[in-house]
Amino acid sequence: MTDTSAAVTDREIDRSQMKVSDEVAIEIVNMNKWYGTFHVLRDINLTVNRGERIVIAGPSGSGKSTMIRCINRLEEHQQGKIVVDGTELTSDLKNIDKIRSEVGMCFQHFNLFPHLTILENCTLAPIWVRKVPKKEAEATAMHFLEKVKIPDQALKYPGQLSGGQQQRVAIARSLCMKPRIMLFDEPTSALDPEMIKEVLDTMIELAEEGMTMLCVTHEMGFARQVANRVIFMDQGQIVEQNEPEEFFNNPKSERTKLFLSQILGH
Amino acid sequence: MSDTHAETVAFVRDTMLPQQEPPASTVGFLGWSKTNLFTGPFNTIVTVLCSVFIVWLLWMLIPWLLSPTWNATSLGECREFLVAAGRVGEHGASGACWGVIRERWIQLLFGFYPADLYWRPILAFVLLFVALAPVLFSDKVPGRLLMFTMIYPFLFPWLLWGGTIWSPICAALGFVILFAGVKYLSGVIGQLASIIVSVLAAAAWWLFVSGAVQDALASILPLAIQSVPSRDFGGMMLSITIGVVAIACSLPLGIVLALGRRSDLLIVKSLCVGFIEFIRGVPLITLLFVASTLLNIFMPPGTSFDIILRVIIMATLFASAYMAEVIRGGLAALPKGQYEGADSLGLDYWQSQRLIIMPQALKISIPGIVSTFIGLFKDTTLVSVIGLLDPLGLTNSIRADQAWNGIVWELYGFIAVLFFIFCFGMSRYSMYLENRLKTDHR
Ligand SMILES: Nc1ncnc2c1ncn2[C@@H]1O[C@H](COP(=O)(O)OP(=O)(O)OP(=O)(O)O)[C@@H](O)[C@H]1O
Ligand SMILES: [Mg+2]
Repeated sequence: MTDTSAAVTDREIDRSQMKVSDEVAIEIVNMNKWYGTFHVLRDINLTVNRGERIVIAGPSGSGKSTMIRCINRLEEHQQGKIVVDGTELTSDLKNIDKIRSEVGMCFQHFNLFPHLTILENCTLAPIWVRKVPKKEAEATAMHFLEKVKIPDQALKYPGQLSGGQQQRVAIARSLCMKPRIMLFDEPTSALDPEMIKEVLDTMIELAEEGMTMLCVTHEMGFARQVANRVIFMDQGQIVEQNEPEEFFNNPKSERTKLFLSQILGH
Repeated sequence: MSDTHAETVAFVRDTMLPQQEPPASTVGFLGWSKTNLFTGPFNTIVTVLCSVFIVWLLWMLIPWLLSPTWNATSLGECREFLVAAGRVGEHGASGACWGVIRERWIQLLFGFYPADLYWRPILAFVLLFVALAPVLFSDKVPGRLLMFTMIYPFLFPWLLWGGTIWSPICAALGFVILFAGVKYLSGVIGQLASIIVSVLAAAAWWLFVSGAVQDALASILPLAIQSVPSRDFGGMMLSITIGVVAIACSLPLGIVLALGRRSDLLIVKSLCVGFIEFIRGVPLITLLFVASTLLNIFMPPGTSFDIILRVIIMATLFASAYMAEVIRGGLAALPKGQYEGADSLGLDYWQSQRLIIMPQALKISIPGIVSTFIGLFKDTTLVSVIGLLDPLGLTNSIRADQAWNGIVWELYGFIAVLFFIFCFGMSRYSMYLENRLKTDHR
C-alpha cells in the first residue's frame, strides 16, 4: 500500500495568510443526533476559530459526514447547540437560509446542476439568494472559475467535464457566495489520482487565503501539510484531536493507532 | 532482419496508414438494408412477410380510397357513381363514399357555430400557435412574445364565446390585483400573509365586484362582439377547446399535486394523495356525468354554470391526477444530491423547486407528460356521451340524416385522421424537446 500521508504538493505552502484568530466561527456544544433509534452522533463538542483548517478522519460509518452536514443543517440535530457565525441553528427557516449562504459546501459527488452551464451553476445562488445583478454575478463567477483554472469551460455543461474539473467547479460555485466557512465532504474520494491533485491544489490555495475549512478526507498528506488540527472520529464520537505532527507521529488512543496503521499502511 | 522482428515484442510503426474508403457492402442503401433488413435468416423471413402484408394491405385499401364519389349528395348516389364507374365487386359496389365528407367537413370542424363567425375560432386557433411559440420554442422565438402568451388566456374565450370586451378585461384585472398584492404587500406584511390577502382580494373581486363593474363599463362603452351560446359549439373546435384548456391547466395543477404528495406537511400530503387516488380510481365518464347532471344540484338555484366549462374542469382534474403521478416519477428519479446542492447554496424551498428540481424532473417526465396530454385530448371524445357534439357526437346526427344513413368508415376515418394529426404533432414535439434539453451527455 502506498503511503497516503505523502506530501500532496511539492511547492512551499505560503503560511503568511493562514492565521487562526480568536474569533469563534463554529461552536458545537454537547450535540447529539439520532437516526430513528440509532445514536449516530454522541456528545460532540467542537470549537472552530476563524482561519482554522480542520481535517476530520475516521473509519467508514463513524459519522463524519453526518457531523459536518449538521453544521449547515442538511441534517437536523436533536440535542445540544450549534452556533455558526454567531447564529444558532434552530428550526427557524430564516436562520437556516442565512447560515447556508454563509457556509459553502462541497460534496463527494459534486452535486452540480446538470441542466445548467458551468457559468449558470456559479451565478444561480448569488443572483437568487444574494440578489446580485446578473452582470456582476457573472464577473464574480468568471473570477472564481479563473481561480480554479477552468474559465474556458464556463459555457459547457457539467456532463462535459472531467470529475476533477467538476469538483473544482463545485468549489468555485460555493466561493461565488463569498462564504466565510467552507465544508468539504470527501471531495476527492470519487476521483482518479491525477484529478485528486488538481482538486487538492485548489483547496490548498483556498487555505492559503485564510479560509476557515472543515474537511472530511482520507488524504493524510493534505492533513499533514495544510491542517492545523486533525480530528479523529469513531462510532459517532470525537476520539482524539491534535495538531497534525503530534496526531500522526504520536497518537494517544488505541483506536487512532489502529486506524492510522491501516490507512497509512505501516 | 525479419527474424529479429518476429522474435522481439517491441514494435515501432514506420509508415502511417492513410484513411481508406469503407467496403462498399457496408455503406449506401445496400449496406443499410443488409444491416437493417437482411441480417440472418430469421430477420430476412420477417422482412419478406412484413413486405407481403404491407403490399396486400395497400392493394385492398388504395382502390377503396380512390373512389369517384366526391360529388355525391347521398349514399345512394355514391352507389350509382360506383356502378357507373364499373366498380362492382361480389358484395355490390365497392369504394368509399366521400360525398359525406365534402358535404359535412365544415360541420365536423365547427359543429353548429354560426357560419359567418367561423373566422373567430380560426383566428383563435392561429393565435394559439402565436401564444404557444415562445413557450414551445423558447430558443428560437423572442421572449417578448410572452406578453401575448399572458394575454391569450383572456382573448381565447372572448373570441370563441363573444360578448362584451369588458368581461375578459375584468377577469384579467383580478390577476392584476393578485400579483400586485403579492408584489407590494409582501414587503409590508410578510410573504404568506400577502399571498393570502391577495388571493382573498382577487376572489372578492371576481365574485362580487367584477360583474357590476363589467356591466357599468359595458353600458358606458358598449364594445362587444356577437355572443355564441355553448350549445352551438361542436366538432373539432370543441375537442380542441376542451383539450387545450385542460392541457394548459392540468400541468400546473399536476405539479402542485406532485409537490403536495411529497410534502412533509401531513394534511397537505393526505389531501393530495386522497385527491389523486380518488380521481384515478374513477372512470372519466363518471366524472363527466357528474359534471353534466349532479353539479347542477349542488349549485345554488338560478346560477347557470356553462356545461363546457364544467366539462373542462372535470377533464382538467382527471388529467392532473395522472400528471401528478408522472411528475412524481420524475421527482423520484432525481438524486438526493440535487436537493442538497440547492439547499447548501441557501436557496429556499420554492427557489430550489423552480430553478433546480422542476426543470430536471419535468425534463425526465416529458414522455409521460406528453402521453397524458395525448390521452386527455383523445378522451375529449367522451363528451359525446353527455350530449355535447364533438366530432364523434356529430357522426350520430350525420347518420341520422336520411341521405347518409349507413355511412361508417368514411366518417370515422376522417375523424381519426384529424385526431392523428394533432396527437402525432404533440408526440413529435416531445421528441424534439427531449433532444433540445439533452445536456447530460451520458
Ligand atoms: N439517512 C440515514 N438514516 C439512517 N442511518 C444513516 C443515515 N445516514 C447515515 N446513517 C448511518 O449513520 C452512520 C454515520 O454515517 P456517515 O455517513 O456520517 O458516516 P461517514 O463517517 O461519513 O462514513 P463514510 O466514510 O463511509 O462516508 C452510518 O452508520 C450510517 O449507516
Ligand atoms: Mg461520509
